[in-house]
Amino acid sequence: MSKIVLKTENLGISFGGLKAVQNLNVEIKEGQLYGLVGPNGAGKTTVFNMITGVYKPTTGKFWLDGEDLTGKGQETINHKGIARTFQNIRLFNNMTVIRNVMVGLHNQPEFSCGVIASVLRLPKHFKTERAMRDRAKEILDIVGLLDERNNLSCNLPYGKQRKLEIARALATNPKLLCLDEPAAGMNPHETEDLMKIVRRIRDEYNITILLIEHDMKFVSGLCDEITVLNFGTSLVQGPPEVALNDPEVIKAYIGG
Amino acid sequence: MEKLKNVKWNHYLNYIVVAAVTVIFAILSLTGVIESSDKYLLEKVAIAITLAVSLSMVVGFLGELSLGHAGFMCIGAYLGGKTAVILEPVIGEWPALIVSLLVGGIVAAVFGMIIGLPALRLRGDYLAIVTLAFGEIVRSVFMNSSKESFGGSLGLDTPRFNKDILFVIAFVMVLATLAVTQNLIRSKHGRAITAIRDNEIAARATGIDVTKYKLLVFTVSSFFAGIAGVLYSYSNFTVQSTKFSYNYSIEILVMVVLGGMGSINGAIIAATLITFLDVELQTILTGNLAVLQDLIYALILIVLVIYNNAPALKNFREKYNLKAFINKFRPHVPSKHKDDEAKWDRVPTKIKMDEVLSVDFQATSPYTPDKPGKEEK
Repeated sequence: MSKIVLKTENLGISFGGLKAVQNLNVEIKEGQLYGLVGPNGAGKTTVFNMITGVYKPTTGKFWLDGEDLTGKGQETINHKGIARTFQNIRLFNNMTVIRNVMVGLHNQPEFSCGVIASVLRLPKHFKTERAMRDRAKEILDIVGLLDERNNLSCNLPYGKQRKLEIARALATNPKLLCLDEPAAGMNPHETEDLMKIVRRIRDEYNITILLIEHDMKFVSGLCDEITVLNFGTSLVQGPPEVALNDPEVIKAYIGG
Repeated sequence: MEKLKNVKWNHYLNYIVVAAVTVIFAILSLTGVIESSDKYLLEKVAIAITLAVSLSMVVGFLGELSLGHAGFMCIGAYLGGKTAVILEPVIGEWPALIVSLLVGGIVAAVFGMIIGLPALRLRGDYLAIVTLAFGEIVRSVFMNSSKESFGGSLGLDTPRFNKDILFVIAFVMVLATLAVTQNLIRSKHGRAITAIRDNEIAARATGIDVTKYKLLVFTVSSFFAGIAGVLYSYSNFTVQSTKFSYNYSIEILVMVVLGGMGSINGAIIAATLITFLDVELQTILTGNLAVLQDLIYALILIVLVIYNNAPALKNFREKYNLKAFINKFRPHVPSKHKDDEAKWDRVPTKIKMDEVLSVDFQATSPYTPDKPGKEEK
């Protein structure tokens, strides 16, 4: 049995009287591709915001590799190993593609270089910069953006911007990678390409992936297990082919 | 020879120019060509450049609006000046200068750190208000100090220094400021700082320690403002708190905005221009007209902000700018440093001034397409 990477227990948050998410219990095993689906406003992104530290959960707890991270700050949670992408793209627009990824590498212990060393231009600074650039190129190669590395990130087409967000998150060397609607706004060809990339990240780098997606073909073709959310509560959990055919889920999506 | 070609010359251009100017004027002053009023002007220019470069770190690279830069300078001027007054008879001229530069810089840096703390929670206008208030508080504290401590409203008498050497020292300080600022900005730490400016939420989610870097930038920036203050106290007979008013902070901000936010070379040029303008205006606008001087800076600021941000001027801007003008006379040479592409001295900052100043520049919908026929090219 593989070990559990992320575990949530009764995780919930309410904004005033609105219970955005309630009693969410999820167990994600190492190397799994886990999907989080549900109609609009079901609370999927809120779950992401809780486990990445943007919101502090009002009830329940969550653990990463058995370590309780409930209520920790965003930076701390990122250092512990949860990286994310955003539904509405948030890149560093005035930087080139490669530098976006290099920001992601900032906190990796092998690229540490103090402020003083940088200001005094000690050899360590140059060594670190070179190593960071090489590593960033490797990561860009994974998502297929190596040729775009010197362009400004704001000049990339939408699909590539999404891939760059994944690359930047990947650069922080996460245990769990959270992708918020990675295929939104992509054409079928790009979506297929993205599926290959996500699978490759999981298989080659052994990173567990949690993703939100509306494209059901994407979800059923990729995920090992999914949770369907509706009105902040989990409806069904299980393999996609079982969960998506559940009468409750069909009712939630189509109404009735 | 090959090695020389690979040096990124435009990274070092500003050092070379500043150093060359210093050497030329140092030789001129030794031969006795330039007058002492010109030396005083050179000191003023050096002080202005130090201030503008250090403020451009906060405004241009961190993306926070600080209106209290004169306050940090004030701390440096008074404390450095006082240290010099006390130490000069004891340890001599040169050691006193070095110690007072350090004291002024470090105390200002400590205050910069303290001001940096609220900067972690406040953004835009609110931070501007806090820094503005800080500057005024500092000024009035020194204004109301006793005559024995900091001279009160009469000002603090500061020791003299050899005029032939002082402007050289001031320019050496400019070089030091440039070195620290540029090396910091062109490192992984600078990348983190610009990441915070571009998108703070994403920077946090990527694990950047926002608290650490905001404090770092405020501290370093105010350290150099303090140094500029000490130089000011040496350059003038007395330090008077009226100098460090709100208007002076705005003047420094105008230098940064005029130079193009996020451009260090621009800040240097703008600081030089504004200082000359300052001197010229002082001779032209005398008597009651002296009030107009501050008005002119305000007008420059308004015109620049509108010129850089107004959507209606977009086409005009793209057609008639300095870069397009220069490129007309220069054949296109592909960059040799394609791989790095770290054109740090030209970090394209599009800080939206409407966000910083909460002014709504976009009267019409931002999605209005440009004039037809423009896009097809």
